[in-house]
Amino acid sequence: MSKRVLMQGNEACVKGALKAGMRFFAGYPITPSTEIAEGCAVLLPKMGGKFIQMEDEIASMAAVIGASVTGTKAMTATSGPGFSLKQENIGYASVAEIPCVIVNVQRSGPSTGLPTSSSQGDVMQSRWGTHGDHPIIVLSPSSVSETYYLAIRAFNLSEKYMTPVIFLMDEMIGHLRETVEIDDEVEIIDRKQPDAPEDKYEAYKAEDNLVPVLPVFGSGHYYNITGLTHDTWGFPTNNRKTADQLNNRLMDKIEKNRRDIEAWDEYLTDDAEILIVAYGGSARVGEAAVDMLREKGIKAGMYRPVTIWPMAETRLKELATQCGKILVIEHNHGQYVHEVERVAGDKARIEFIGRINGSYILPEEVAEKAEEM
Amino acid sequence: MKRTEIRLAGTGGQGVILASVILAEAAVNAGKYACQTQSYGPEARGGACKAEAVISEGKISYPEVSEPDFVLALTQKAADKYVRNLKENAVVVLDSRVQVPQNAEKYKLYHLPILDTAEYEIGRSVTANIVAVGVVNRILGICSFEQLTETVRNRIPKGTEEINLKALNAGNMMDLGG
Repeated sequence: MSKRVLMQGNEACVKGALKAGMRFFAGYPITPSTEIAEGCAVLLPKMGGKFIQMEDEIASMAAVIGASVTGTKAMTATSGPGFSLKQENIGYASVAEIPCVIVNVQRSGPSTGLPTSSSQGDVMQSRWGTHGDHPIIVLSPSSVSETYYLAIRAFNLSEKYMTPVIFLMDEMIGHLRETVEIDDEVEIIDRKQPDAPEDKYEAYKAEDNLVPVLPVFGSGHYYNITGLTHDTWGFPTNNRKTADQLNNRLMDKIEKNRRDIEAWDEYLTDDAEILIVAYGGSARVGEAAVDMLREKGIKAGMYRPVTIWPMAETRLKELATQCGKILVIEHNHGQYVHEVERVAGDKARIEFIGRINGSYILPEEVAEKAEEM
Repeated sequence: MKRTEIRLAGTGGQGVILASVILAEAAVNAGKYACQTQSYGPEARGGACKAEAVISEGKISYPEVSEPDFVLALTQKAADKYVRNLKENAVVVLDSRVQVPQNAEKYKLYHLPILDTAEYEIGRSVTANIVAVGVVNRILGICSFEQLTETVRNRIPKGTEEINLKALNAGNMMDLGG
C-alpha cells in the first residue's frame, strides 16, 4: 500500500538503497550529499548494517569495494570534489567487476566551486572519470519519487551486471522535498553465486550474458582479485589475447545487454514537432516548458534519458526523425548535448541552453528559445 | 488551490526552513502536492536566508519559486533582499519590526507582530517560525487547523509540544486587521 508523504531527495536515496539491501556505507560528508551520510549513519546500525565515516573519499571508495567483495551491498555518496577523488577506485571496481553504487549529488564546479548550488557538470566525468576504457552504468533521477525507485534499480543493475553504478543526482533533486508515493512491492536482485565451493574456481570465465559469477570472499572458493589485467582465474597477465578477451568482454557486458539496461521517459511526444531533451533536475524545467509551449498551441514534447549511460539511442533517433528539431537543456556548459548530436545530429537541428552560475534555467527561457526554432 | 508560490524569509537560525517544511508537509497531508526548497550560503547562522514552497492541487513540474504569490519576511534585511519579483497582487506579510516599503500599495500587505508575539506572549523568541506558520495558513488556507497542528506536532522536538502549539495557536488567532 502506498502512502503520500513529503520527502527529501537525499532521504529517498537512502530509503531506496536500504530497500535494495544496502547494508554498508562508507563516505566522507560533503554538501549537497551530506543528508545521505547522515541518514545512513542513523538507519544502518538499526538494520544490522555498518556506517563508516572514512578519512577521505579515496579510502571510503576502497572500503565500499572491500565490503562488496564480502557479499554486502555497499554504497558511498559524495559531490564533485569527492567524486574526482573516488575515480581511481571506481576503475578498480569496474575491472575487478565488484558491484557497488556511487552517489554523486552534483554541485557547481570546477573544484570546490559553489558548494550549495546545483549543477550537472559531472555528466562526462560520470562516464569517463576513471582512466582506461571501461564500462559504466549511470542513472539520473528527476524527482524524489524516482530517486527512491532508481536507487533500488542502481543496486539491481550493479548486482546483475557485476559493475559499479553511478547514481548521478543534482542538488536540485537532492535537496528538494516533495510529494512522494512509495510502494513497497519492488523487485530486488542479488548477485548470483556458484553452487558448491571448489578449490580452484575460474571466477572470471563469465556466463553467456558475459557476466561472471563471483563468489563472495570467505565462501570457500579460491580466486584472485586485482586491478591488473587478468586471466579468467583472476591472475595478472600480459598476454595480448587474454587482455583482448577481458577488455572486450568488459565493454560488451554493458553494450550487449543495453536493451535490458536502458531506461527513458517521454512527455507528450506522440504528436510532438519539437523535442526537448533533458535529464535529472533540468527535466523539471523542460516539462514546465513543454506545458507552456502546449498552452500556446506549439506541439512540444520531452525525451528524458533515465539511464544517461547507456542512452536509449534508438528511441531518440526515432523522435529526432519525427520532430526534426531538438532543444537540449543542461545545467552545465554543454556536455550531454554532444551525445545527442552524435546520436541524432543527422536527423534533427540541435540547439542548446546551458547555465553554469549555480542558478536554474527558467521554463520561460526554454519556451522562448523553442518558439524561435 | 492553483499553483501557489510561497517564500519565507528571515535570518539564519530563525527556523524559516522548518516553517516551510511544515507548510509543505501540511499541504501533502491535506491531499495536495508540494515542493519545498531552500537556498543558503556556507554560513549557518545570521544573514538573510529564505525557504520556499510551491503548493498545488495538481502535480508540480518546475519545483522552484520564480514569482512568489506570497512572501513573509521576519527581518529588515530579509525584507530588503527577498520582497521582490513578486506576482501582481501578491500577498506580503512583514513583521511589525520591519519598515513598510514605499511600493507597498502594489501588494496586499499585512504588518503583523510575529516576533513580538513569540517573545512576549509565548515568552520564547525561537517560536516565531511557528507563529508564522499559523499566520500563513490562516491567510492562505492550505489545510485545516487540525491538520496543521498534527503536522507541527510531528516536526518539532519532543518535549516542546506545549509551547509550540501555543505559538501556532497565537499565529492562527492573530488579528489580521482590516
